[in-house]
Amino acid sequence: MLGPLAGVLFDGFAYGMLLFILSVGLSVTLGMMNFVNLAHCSFAMLGGYVTVTLMDRLGWSFFATLPAAFLAAAAASAVLERLLFRRLYRASDLDQCLLTIGLVFMSVAAAAYVYGTVQQPVQVPSYLRGSVSWLGINFAVYRLFLVGAALVITLVLIAALETTRFGAQVRAAVDNQRMARGLGINVDAAFAITFALGSGLAGLGGGLAIEMVGLDPAFAFTYLVYVLIVVSVGGLGSIGGSFAAATLLGISDVAGKYYAPQLGSFLIYLVMVGLLMWRPAGLFGKR
Amino acid sequence: MAATARAADAHRQFELQARWRPAEIAFWLAALLPFVVTPSYLSLASQIAITALFALSLDLILGYAGIVSLGHAAFFGLGAYAAGIVSKYGWGEPLSGLAIAASLAGLLGYITSFIIARFRHLALIMITLGLGLLLHEAANSASWLTGGADGLQGVRIRPLLETFRFDLYGRTAYAYSLLVLFVTFLVTRRIIHSPFGLALRGIRENPVRMPAIGAPSGSHIRKIYTIAAAMAGVAGALLTQTTSTVSLEVLSFQRSADVLVILILGGAGRLYGGILGAIIYLVARDQFSGVNPQFWYFWIGLLLVAVVMFLPNGILGGLGAIYKKFK
Repeated sequence: MLGPLAGVLFDGFAYGMLLFILSVGLSVTLGMMNFVNLAHCSFAMLGGYVTVTLMDRLGWSFFATLPAAFLAAAAASAVLERLLFRRLYRASDLDQCLLTIGLVFMSVAAAAYVYGTVQQPVQVPSYLRGSVSWLGINFAVYRLFLVGAALVITLVLIAALETTRFGAQVRAAVDNQRMARGLGINVDAAFAITFALGSGLAGLGGGLAIEMVGLDPAFAFTYLVYVLIVVSVGGLGSIGGSFAAATLLGISDVAGKYYAPQLGSFLIYLVMVGLLMWRPAGLFGKR
Repeated sequence: MAATARAADAHRQFELQARWRPAEIAFWLAALLPFVVTPSYLSLASQIAITALFALSLDLILGYAGIVSLGHAAFFGLGAYAAGIVSKYGWGEPLSGLAIAASLAGLLGYITSFIIARFRHLALIMITLGLGLLLHEAANSASWLTGGADGLQGVRIRPLLETFRFDLYGRTAYAYSLLVLFVTFLVTRRIIHSPFGLALRGIRENPVRMPAIGAPSGSHIRKIYTIAAAMAGVAGALLTQTTSTVSLEVLSFQRSADVLVILILGGAGRLYGGILGAIIYLVARDQFSGVNPQFWYFWIGLLLVAVVMFLPNGILGGLGAIYKKFK
């Protein structure tokens, strides 16, 4: 009785951690600029394909590809931010949605063109495969690794935001952008850096996700919905909120698929709509 | 005295706006051309008319009232399934099927409009998206009613008015879709050239100020959302009746996104934007899909980016700007 329940909780938590890595960057950038970036998961997908390409074609080891996935996604997002996004910071939600949905369409088609629509395989090192048993519960090693990685990332992010000068600027800009500008903080530059870092994290998440959820060109759409749920339920610009929402979503998704498979994803959409109706600004959102 | 003069002025302005322009009459006459010029493309023409109707319904809420919806396919799909399911159980008469679909979609629209009217910005986008996904999942799970992922089996549509059969060439289908589109268009045109339509544009421009000058934005939004939902239901029912098939795809996010793209491409908030967008989009898809179906969405994406960056009001807005320059 307890075994399956604990297993579901653990799997759900690991899945939630993956969603957290994928979505935390979007949460912070949305909180800062109110820029609705639906292309966030395209950066994650880019990271995933970078990982696959480096491992398959160039024979890199799994761990060496992860920083490359981070850098590739960060670089691509920085270029796009300079070229396209920054012109639309003051535009309507609709225009931002449309521009970024256009980018998602392009990235999906481009991925299908280059790699085909098949699932991409990835060979993680042998010590990350298999599972360990503890108190009669099976823990998949890769999921343990994922949870560990997510916790480290969370701690680093919180420490960076709370203790560094740059983190203080970002927090100021999230709280009140106009006031931050008035105090002489270069919000545009801070935003550009945060945007690149957030997309880089998404790229890293994309690389980490392949072993668990696979990678095909539909990734940018499928996980977009999950990421948006995490961000909107957690509240914009709140790392703690994203963490809580990702955990909640991961566990309810895995539990729903385990205990009531005939309902499919019905449950999580219901939870999302209900939560948003209760608190439109998200669980931890201020606005 | 002055008040009545102002009222007369306002009345006259509405009349001026609502006058039929020669270009409009020419456009609707041209819509009859496919019957003689391209008879082999009548099925495509009927698809265009249906999509145009769907885009027109989105235009009412997005273009006029400023409600961004990523889940408008919910009403389209509900209408499509309603028309399909009643025909499966022996009620294959098309016109009453349309009415049933419209009332069901309108009812769902009315219920959800209470939610829609309360939210804005990201929460609104996410709620419309969530409601659309919910209905998609519900239809997927309720396979005893909808056929699930295999699509609805056994749709039997009776001939239109018991006389005109839906043939393989799409003659009846196009005539029927075009007629329904035209009638709905007249209703839409009447709505937006009324004081109610003006109030909607006011809500789009400034949702805080409208209640302050005495126009209750909540009840206006509920009304227009219900109307738009019923129209989308009619479009869905038309698709079922002219093709005799219903698949889960009618409720998909892809369909919601497509209709948004079509409307923006043509130009939101300008009546003909959705229709023009549907023509361009579906004709282009028909021409290019044979070449490379996977790559089709790349060009759609590029087009979207270009429209947002360079043509903020869509193709019609761009044409209007050019026209003004040379006038």
